[in-house]
Amino acid sequence: MGAFIVQFLTGLSDAASLFFVAAGLSLIFGVSRVVNMAHGSFYMVGAYVAYFVVSFLPKGIFTFWSGIIIAALAVGVLGVIIEILLMRRLYKAPELFMLMATFAVLLVIADLSLWLFGAEDKIGPRAPGLDGSYNIMGALIPQYDIALIVVAPLILIGLWLLLNKTRWGILIRAATEDRDMLAALGVNQKWLFSSVFFLGSCLAGLGGAIQLPKGGADLLMDLNVIATAFVIVVVGGMGSIGGAFLASVLIGELSSFGVLVLPQSTLVMMFLVMAVVLIVRPYGLLGKPEAEEHLPPELVESPLRPAPLKFRLVGLGVLVVLILLPFFAGSFQLVLFGEIAIFALACMSLFFMMGPGGMVSFGHAAFFGGGAYAAALLVHYTNSPMELAIALAPLCMGLLALIIGWFCVRLSGVYLAMLTLAFAQICWSIVFQWSGFTGGDDGILGIWPAKWASNEVVFYYLTLLVSIGGIMILRYLLFTPFGYTMRACRDSHLRPDSIGINVKRQQWFSFAVAGVFAGLAGGIYVFSKGSVFPTEMSISRSFDILLSVLLGGVHSMSGPLVGSTVFIWLEHQISQIPFYKWGLQIQPWRLILGGIYILLVMAFPQGIAGYFGRRFEGTFSVNK
Amino acid sequence: MGVLLEVIELHKSFGGVTAVDGVSFDLQEGHLLAMIGPNGAGKSTCFNLINGQLRPDRGKIRILGKDITGMKPRHVWRLGVGRTFQVASTFLSMTVVENVQMVFISSHRKLNSMTKKVSNLYRDEAMELLKLVGVEEQWDRPCGILAYGDLKRVELAMALANNPKLLLMDEPTAGMGLKERLKLMELTARIAKDRNIGVLFTEHDMDVVFSHADFIIVLNYGKLIARGTPTEVRDNEEVKEIYLGSCATGT
Repeated sequence: MGAFIVQFLTGLSDAASLFFVAAGLSLIFGVSRVVNMAHGSFYMVGAYVAYFVVSFLPKGIFTFWSGIIIAALAVGVLGVIIEILLMRRLYKAPELFMLMATFAVLLVIADLSLWLFGAEDKIGPRAPGLDGSYNIMGALIPQYDIALIVVAPLILIGLWLLLNKTRWGILIRAATEDRDMLAALGVNQKWLFSSVFFLGSCLAGLGGAIQLPKGGADLLMDLNVIATAFVIVVVGGMGSIGGAFLASVLIGELSSFGVLVLPQSTLVMMFLVMAVVLIVRPYGLLGKPEAEEHLPPELVESPLRPAPLKFRLVGLGVLVVLILLPFFAGSFQLVLFGEIAIFALACMSLFFMMGPGGMVSFGHAAFFGGGAYAAALLVHYTNSPMELAIALAPLCMGLLALIIGWFCVRLSGVYLAMLTLAFAQICWSIVFQWSGFTGGDDGILGIWPAKWASNEVVFYYLTLLVSIGGIMILRYLLFTPFGYTMRACRDSHLRPDSIGINVKRQQWFSFAVAGVFAGLAGGIYVFSKGSVFPTEMSISRSFDILLSVLLGGVHSMSGPLVGSTVFIWLEHQISQIPFYKWGLQIQPWRLILGGIYILLVMAFPQGIAGYFGRRFEGTFSVNK
Repeated sequence: MGVLLEVIELHKSFGGVTAVDGVSFDLQEGHLLAMIGPNGAGKSTCFNLINGQLRPDRGKIRILGKDITGMKPRHVWRLGVGRTFQVASTFLSMTVVENVQMVFISSHRKLNSMTKKVSNLYRDEAMELLKLVGVEEQWDRPCGILAYGDLKRVELAMALANNPKLLLMDEPTAGMGLKERLKLMELTARIAKDRNIGVLFTEHDMDVVFSHADFIIVLNYGKLIARGTPTEVRDNEEVKEIYLGSCATGT
């Protein structure tokens, strides 16, 4: 009995820091419509700052809690600085570009943290005065856990009072409901946005700092917490602070008891909760069914036309160069270009569901990396030939996409995207944790092409055939009724239903098709690398694909192709920089990539291909 | 001529507000039935109930004797109910002709086809309808840049593409000039007679209503207060007082 109560209380105390993070995320999103990917970084920074402040100050109850508060405030200031320097310039850009910018911030903070805080995990100091335990019917519970259980509802009440009883809170709620109207009423939005960023970031910092004595600080906290925070926000209901609290408690309790039943089952449990909640209440526990929330294309897209002759000639030229490449390029270039082709297919499959389908995925790597794993597992366990593995990988991913998509299409816009990220994180953790089957962190090695394709030139041609073939099929689909129906569902919500189109089913199928082709890209990818690791399914891999598509622009089919080429080329260039000469042990590629993303977002808010499409409209009129 | 649409004792309330309160009426094939009433009388709610976008709290709706109460819009459409919206709703990223082709594709259940290109499917049939509603010259322009009046005509063509037996037109002429309004309704009336389609429409312009409707029903605060031919409704004292009266003082 005692053990049961203690387990329950532990769950409650775990919920506290989750609640702070999710509430901050929800607040910032509600007002500014920014899905702040850097929110997880704020959480991590909060933990580290608290660690250093608390270790620096003399030991004592007062200094410990001052440390926590200083950390929260410092993170709040960091959030405001980022808002003023970066986000403020982007509020007029499409929402997804703001997302891209916040992810760039995440990358930059990740490398800076490694440099500033060191690679070692930090074990949190105990809270003075609360370092004992209570005995509950023979089971022990740390006093600090009880403190957290008390603090969380206090913060909830504080937030509620702030939002409901102050003028500032009323403005915040008004902005959440209708930003334009608030601006029309003459409210200075600049400071409102900055203050919300401050409060939201503070909450993230507080979440990180306050869990320090329980969980310490490490460099993986940022991405780990963001997926959980997304789940909480979706389960609790978007924009509902009370819902976030309820969902945090639910998730906290589940992880707490889940560990007892089946260790390492926490993420699967989270998936089950999310699934059940979304089936019963598609808008979350306390969420209201809101006016259809989706990410509309900023401009009305031009009709789909067959590519003009000039454009076809350019495409043909590129194809000829690719085919002739083995005659004048070395093996290194062949590998690089093969990789570009595979990545282009992955990007094209995401573009397919994002552009014409209108569904943004933050977790496309689940299908890309999933395809790689499917092929690798087939070879590893059943010794299946390469051809069969490459053929089955897309089918497996199509099935996975049908399962995941069934839940995702119940939501739309940003909520759908958050859900894809949560699912992708679950897939990643299954692969990561189930090491007996998947090799875990060590990956699966020795997945080489069949004998006939083991020659690098032959394999290069095989890669081209699969990738370009896949891209051409996806392109063709856009011209068929299937592709048109996808666009119909994106363009209007009323009209499709009134001409007999089942919108949700169509979106579900489009989701699956995107999964199939991402799986195909993954299937060939694993043979080009010879191995596969969980990173291929990670959030950062998902964002590589997403950012490449955004970089290229979502309004034309050339977008994903340009974006993926630029991405792989950049990655390659960065890997060539001789950092070791300057005494750097680790390549700060995330810092550089993040910096480049920030610059690109500010310079080309419509994407590179979009920008050049407009710039050279006369020369290559893709969009008449 | 048979009864096309039967609406029996329809009720719908939102929270505490009763939007539609026991409305009953029916519509014959080939007839134009106008539903009028001041703003907030429950006209659009009535439309959304018949179309399936909303589910009634009580009451029945039958089309050609078949009960369609609570059916989803896409299923109602398959029974031969075409719809145009108060705010024209088309696929803005497609051209005019593609919009109409989409309806043909759906009507032939080819929505999930992955083999043929859309450009070759039902192009001629779609062009014919565009000619009928008078926007054939705009066929290759994107709907996103069309003038609003033309968009309304495209919607009409889309509604006709499924060979409907019943057309539901929520303010078909809203946002158009007076001349255009009369022309569009004239066209609608002619098509309806030719094809024996029943039309239920709402309209604020009394000129349009009284010159084209065969029958008129009047709603006020969710209740049906009068029905009959245009002459009968014109002479109805209650209508004069509640509807036309308020209109007259308003202008």
